[in-house]
Amino acid sequence: MLIVALGYILSARGIQTSFMSDPVGPRVFPYLVAAVVILCSLVMILRPDPDEDWPAGPMVLQLGIALVVLMGYSQAISQLGFLIPTAIVAGILSWQIGGNPVRSAITGLGLSVGLFVLFRVILGLGLRGLPAGMGF
Amino acid sequence: MAFPPEWGSKIMETLANLAMGFSIALTPYTLMLAIIGCFVGTIIGALPGLGPSNGVALLIPISFSMGLDAISALVLLTSVYYGAMYGGRISSILLNIPGDEPAMMTTLDGYPMAKQGKASEALVVSGVASFVGAMLATIGLMIFAPYLARVAYQFGPAEYFALYMLAFCTLGGIGSSNQAKTAMAAAIGLGIAMIGMDKTTGMPRFTFGELHLMDGVDFLVAIVGLFAVAEVFHFIESHGKDSAIGVKLGKILVPWRMLKQTSGAMLRGTGIGFVAGVLPGAGASLGSFLAYMAEKSVAKGADKASFGKGNPKGVAAPEAGNNAAAGGALVPMLTLGVPGSGTTAVLLALLLTLNITPGPLLFAERPEVVWSLIASLLIANVVLLLMNVPMVKVFVKILSVPAWVLLPGVTMIAFVGIYSLTGSSFDMLLMVAFGVLGYVMRKLGIPTVPVILGILLGNAMEDNLRRAMVLSNGDWWYLLSSPIAIGLLIAAIVGFVAPIFLRRILKKPAVPHDPTLNED
Repeated sequence: MLIVALGYILSARGIQTSFMSDPVGPRVFPYLVAAVVILCSLVMILRPDPDEDWPAGPMVLQLGIALVVLMGYSQAISQLGFLIPTAIVAGILSWQIGGNPVRSAITGLGLSVGLFVLFRVILGLGLRGLPAGMGF
Repeated sequence: MAFPPEWGSKIMETLANLAMGFSIALTPYTLMLAIIGCFVGTIIGALPGLGPSNGVALLIPISFSMGLDAISALVLLTSVYYGAMYGGRISSILLNIPGDEPAMMTTLDGYPMAKQGKASEALVVSGVASFVGAMLATIGLMIFAPYLARVAYQFGPAEYFALYMLAFCTLGGIGSSNQAKTAMAAAIGLGIAMIGMDKTTGMPRFTFGELHLMDGVDFLVAIVGLFAVAEVFHFIESHGKDSAIGVKLGKILVPWRMLKQTSGAMLRGTGIGFVAGVLPGAGASLGSFLAYMAEKSVAKGADKASFGKGNPKGVAAPEAGNNAAAGGALVPMLTLGVPGSGTTAVLLALLLTLNITPGPLLFAERPEVVWSLIASLLIANVVLLLMNVPMVKVFVKILSVPAWVLLPGVTMIAFVGIYSLTGSSFDMLLMVAFGVLGYVMRKLGIPTVPVILGILLGNAMEDNLRRAMVLSNGDWWYLLSSPIAIGLLIAAIVGFVAPIFLRRILKKPAVPHDPTLNED
């Protein structure tokens, strides 16, 4: 908690210095905002709340996997189309939540096809189903 | 105050406006949209972990890229919004899991009723209470909003700046556990709003040389990230172990006697909820909380003792209060452009996406938007009542969708929405980043709603501050130059400080979940 609050102060300082290249006008309001952040951080340091339980080792890994998968998905959806990345990503997330590989694979496939039909066919959104050059 | 004849003409004017609103909103096509919206909304509200804010946030980008016109999109999404408010009670009563924060109070008596085998009665009573609360609040909105718009018409930059201060300061309310955290969240939001090109000077700020950030951060990206993607991380951590044992649902009958018995509670809850909703920052959570507490304190004897053990009044009052507050919260949102809660913030985002800027001018310049919105609220309400009582069983079935299907589905919908809106991988990455931020903030007990509000209002707030400074040649006392501005600032300070003391007096009732969480 303490460390995070200190981090906030540091980043607020970083924000402040990055204004130096701007004219006077646009700087005032961000200064005020930064001041509020610093003030709040101080309050949070001086009167800390009880700590939340942070996830331990394996859970951090799980969350990290989810994060990487989602970041990859951001890139993949525009290049590989909707169907394939969605099936994979939805399957992985489902496995992380539910923990049964077979069930998750079916969920991934089902969501991929089902949502594609919903968005593309029923709602008419401009989604591409397959990688470029493969139709759809 | 107005004289009686003037009142008469006011009523006529309101009715004429309303007729116009209905003529726009009541076509077969929009009616169909309203029905679909109510259905989808109720499902969203009923699913644990998805509330009105998440639901509407997810659907804004999708309805936008479907190319719906402003009125249709408004009808569809307000129906979803109201539907989700209705649906929230289903999981509160059956599973003891509130779909969103305001539905929390309903669990106190709703779940005990369900355990006693009175689940269907609880669902019908709460459905009718929601209808009464929302209906009367919409009528209240029609009466009060034009008045407030006329007052707000005289607001200058100093008053607006004070108003934004008021919105941020009161946002924490009694719901948050720590005022510093709320203020911190608001400041983070304001800081994010600063990203992008400065409108006055054309200089880029905080873009770190990244071209994608020149236009600023799209608030939809932030909202979907903070609400929906953060939820996924949270669920992975909890392994979806929140899923509870279902409760048997008997035949749905309308318990007329129980409805009659609770009608007083509904009306009192509505009144309290509406006032709580109109107050900036208080919102629906406070509405349902106060309605429940008030109902408990007026009850006597055995009736009083049964609160918390399945008293139908304990279901009716908070549900009426919750829905009335949702309607009341639209008053400041529409007339001043200042939302008081997470859900109204999302609705504000919806209006901004549709290129509608709420504020006093909206009533004068685009009355058709205002009145068709009000008409669609009334339509949604009737549709919901008709849909909810007979179809409750269908919604209950949907509740049994397991988390390992639901959450990946929600994530994919979030991505598709943002992708079809912006078509940019960068925005999707940004959304994931907001998801991480939302997860971390939730761990730290920092509320996310003020961040959204900060992003939405940040630029307008800065503009008004700078305009005030231009008008006054840089004299900061100009901010305190009018009685309205001073009044608003004092209210802001009181609103910020008072909860610190109030919280000690109003020691929490036996609330099963941490109120700082959106849903759990």
